[in-house]
Amino acid sequence: METASQGRVQQHGIVGMSPGAYARVLIFFLAPAVLVYTLFSVYPLLDTIISSFYSKQNDGSYVYNGVANFVTLLTDPTWSAPFWNAFINNIKFFLIHMLVQNPIGLLLAALLSLPVLRFRTAYRTLIFMPTMLSVVIIGFTWQLILSPLWGIAKMFLQAFGLGFLFGPWLGEESTALITISLISVWQFVGIPMILIYTALLAIPDELIDAATVDGLNQFQAFFHVKLPLIWPTIGLVSVLTFVNNFNAFDLIYAMKGALAGPNFSADIMGTLFYRVFFGNQLQLGDVSMGATIATMMFLIILCGVMIYLFLIQRRLQRYAF
Amino acid sequence: MIKTTLKTLLLAAAASVAMAGAASAGKLTIESWRNDDAAIWKDKIIPAFNKKYPDIQVEFTPTAPKEYNAALNARLEGGTAGDIITCRPFDASLELFNKGHLAALNDLPSMANFSDVAKSAWTTDDGKSTFCVPMASVIHGFIYNKDIFKEVGVEPPKTEEEFFAVLEKLKANGNYTPLVLGTNDQWEAATMGFQNIGPNYWKGEEGRKALIDGSAKLTDKPYVDTLASLAKWAPYLGDGYKAQTYPDSQNLFGLGKGAIYAAGSWDISTFRGQNVNMGAFKAPPPAGASDCYISDHTDIGIGLNAKSGNAEEAKKFLDWVGSEEFANIFANALPGFFPLSNAKVTLSDDVAQEFVNWRGTCKSTIRNSYQILSRGTPNLENEMWNVSAQVINGAMTPDAAAAQLEDGLKKWYAPHQK
Amino acid sequence: MRKPVSAFAVHAVLALYTALALFPIILVIMNSFKAKRAIFNTPLTPPMPWNFDPIGYSKVFGDSAIATYYMNSITVTVGTIFLTLLFGAMAAWALTEYKFRWNTALAIFLSIGIMVPIRLGSVSIIQLVSDLNLINTLTALILVYVAQNLPLAVFILSEFIQQIPRDLREAGRCDGLSEYNIFFYIILPLLRPAMATVAVFTMIPVWNDLWFPLLLAPTGGKQTITLGVQQFLGQYITDWNAVLAALSTAIIPVLVLYVIFSRQLIRGLTSGAVK
Repeated sequence: METASQGRVQQHGIVGMSPGAYARVLIFFLAPAVLVYTLFSVYPLLDTIISSFYSKQNDGSYVYNGVANFVTLLTDPTWSAPFWNAFINNIKFFLIHMLVQNPIGLLLAALLSLPVLRFRTAYRTLIFMPTMLSVVIIGFTWQLILSPLWGIAKMFLQAFGLGFLFGPWLGEESTALITISLISVWQFVGIPMILIYTALLAIPDELIDAATVDGLNQFQAFFHVKLPLIWPTIGLVSVLTFVNNFNAFDLIYAMKGALAGPNFSADIMGTLFYRVFFGNQLQLGDVSMGATIATMMFLIILCGVMIYLFLIQRRLQRYAF
Repeated sequence: MIKTTLKTLLLAAAASVAMAGAASAGKLTIESWRNDDAAIWKDKIIPAFNKKYPDIQVEFTPTAPKEYNAALNARLEGGTAGDIITCRPFDASLELFNKGHLAALNDLPSMANFSDVAKSAWTTDDGKSTFCVPMASVIHGFIYNKDIFKEVGVEPPKTEEEFFAVLEKLKANGNYTPLVLGTNDQWEAATMGFQNIGPNYWKGEEGRKALIDGSAKLTDKPYVDTLASLAKWAPYLGDGYKAQTYPDSQNLFGLGKGAIYAAGSWDISTFRGQNVNMGAFKAPPPAGASDCYISDHTDIGIGLNAKSGNAEEAKKFLDWVGSEEFANIFANALPGFFPLSNAKVTLSDDVAQEFVNWRGTCKSTIRNSYQILSRGTPNLENEMWNVSAQVINGAMTPDAAAAQLEDGLKKWYAPHQK
Repeated sequence: MRKPVSAFAVHAVLALYTALALFPIILVIMNSFKAKRAIFNTPLTPPMPWNFDPIGYSKVFGDSAIATYYMNSITVTVGTIFLTLLFGAMAAWALTEYKFRWNTALAIFLSIGIMVPIRLGSVSIIQLVSDLNLINTLTALILVYVAQNLPLAVFILSEFIQQIPRDLREAGRCDGLSEYNIFFYIILPLLRPAMATVAVFTMIPVWNDLWFPLLLAPTGGKQTITLGVQQFLGQYITDWNAVLAALSTAIIPVLVLYVIFSRQLIRGLTSGAVK
């Protein structure tokens, strides 16, 4: 990591300004952001992490007990089985996004960035539309469409002579998670599309022209010239997908409730955290274990981001931090 | 502690950032999960209260049932919950009382209108403090579409054997979904299924208490038989029942497309709104049963937020909730919620009356997972949702399901570890 | 496009995907204007005089304070965007322009928030908001959302500020402008394109969030439209006219605004620093 100001005049303060005035300038510019961020983001997160080292006593007080909660979470089968189940489901959730959402996003971006394309703006605008909508609305709408009662999906498949393919996808252990993942893909494909599209637009036309002169057709030009240039963007899209997927909660909760069934087959870290932290029907919320799961989520996301920063995205060093 | 110091510092810093706060004096707000009933509270119950106490403003602010516990707990922890709290039965509310979020209501005059059984769901284990006014119980059973029964030529079944014979006939007819129940939301399978038909197998209170003292196990015959009977429902459920949500079920029956609906009595008002010509029959006892049992579950109480700034007004309201007047308004505005007070209540809804009549012929019991047995991890209620849905889906055998329930309970509940 | 065949293929793929993206939205809006039986029996038929029934809308507008909820959502979103941009730009400027001892540490500190969901700290946030006596206020929501969105804003804006030629600020200093004036009169106007990007990334999650409105401002006419619709859905879940009308009521204005501003929005996205 390098600091932003590297390569500039390395001195503290500004010529002709007293240290006091300089400090006032710094405070003026930094204080509002740092204060709001510290108070409403860092402090609550820190408080949560601290809670994970405490456990509740019978009299309702909390006592420090080191890493015991983490040991329980990872070794006691009552806790570790749901934890690993949620973790593995979350990885599946992430992989489906990586294998479906990002390639589709890449394909759409590639098509949209073709030099002569009519209705470009219309396509771009319309495809991005689902991304603008609330997960509550998306979840509810898709539940209606896939509902065996309303039967839209069934009618649709029947129209193509594929009626036999229809099933209660959201209710089967083998398909619930995949179905929900694909709905999430449907909603968020606009984000990789736009980010990759932006990167493609930034490639100088001369490079493409040169490639075409060299006799490459459009597909070859894309794979040999453009794709290598946008790898950093694809890396960024991947890490954003990772972070978002391991934070995901809303869609599964909206469609399957906090138990994320059947048999926890759609349970991911976010729903597990919610269930433990806030409780369910007769299950009481458990602040300590909830905080422990939240801390694990934090560590998992941190690991993912670190791998990205140090192994994949050297280019990012150019950024400010 | 580091935590508190850090917090104080930050708070001091924040004081300058903070703007005008919220003031909420003089108006009572009611926390509830009964968002279905918002209109009835607004149009009937609160106006009736205001006839007596015109100066006390009351607002009913429900949260969806799914979020209620989480949102309420969070708001209580944060000190922002409403003055009046609608209480879930047993441990969920007991925990709130133990944490000091709910106030004891022993001295409320109208508490005298309730039997100890009615109060048991909101009383501490030692029987010393009662912290919610019992409001209503709900009864399980089956609601059927009279027109469809007439068309197909079947009568409401009296035994389990007849029950499956009726389902078979309805299935043969082919025009209607014989039995309406979905497993998508899971609780439907546990509550409308397992807890509905189960009491006949485990002999109601007798079996429930035996589970608590450890003399019976969930792997015993009554529980496996209940699950086995449940497993036999699958062929009669609607197309794609595995993805059928609770609202889907309500619509399926409400639109006249389903013949029998595995019900909670609270569904009556939903179907009244859709003009279904309906009747009801109780969970049909299995062969060889001499007595019948029904799930008559103390489901809703109402209590006082210990930190309420309007405790005096709130107590007046709660006292009124315990009155005969309230019992009558509530029972008739919401047919299917049966008041728990000793007050004489006349029900105008014939289906609701039918449900209540079962109290005379059968023995009442509450859901067996609610008292004490869902205090540990894994949570028995969650487990019941899970395995009931799986048994109906055909993804798990009744034996395996019973074993999973018992194993889970055994992990933390001493009486079952013997 | 050199070959018409491939042009056709490109349009086929894009049109197909566009249809897939729009189908659910159109389906909901279309059926919201139909009678209940028509919704169930002929869901794919557009609303026609014989199956038209706006009953759902009369329920939505008769029963709930939709207009208030909209105003709440607009207040929260606009307030959050404004403060995020202002505070974010100020911090980004200080971090990139000035040299001081804790510069790097502070930059890393601020960037942690990009990858950690603030939701994990919900219980502490509720206690904090309640200690500040801000429960059930839109102010609470705005403060939480600003904290949530600041890190990404600082990240994007810092990157952008670095690309502004140094000569500009040095010229300002030579002319005797104060640091404050340099920032507000020279730098801030130049940041407009990057600010559009930040505004978009801020707007979408804030407008659509259900979580914090549920915990921090759930009652008393302070609901945002997303929460209002969720509460309405809970209440009328079996009444599909009302459900579809409520969904459409939440969808349509967002889409109208989006179509009007999509040009600026996409331009904002494509000119921003995330490339």
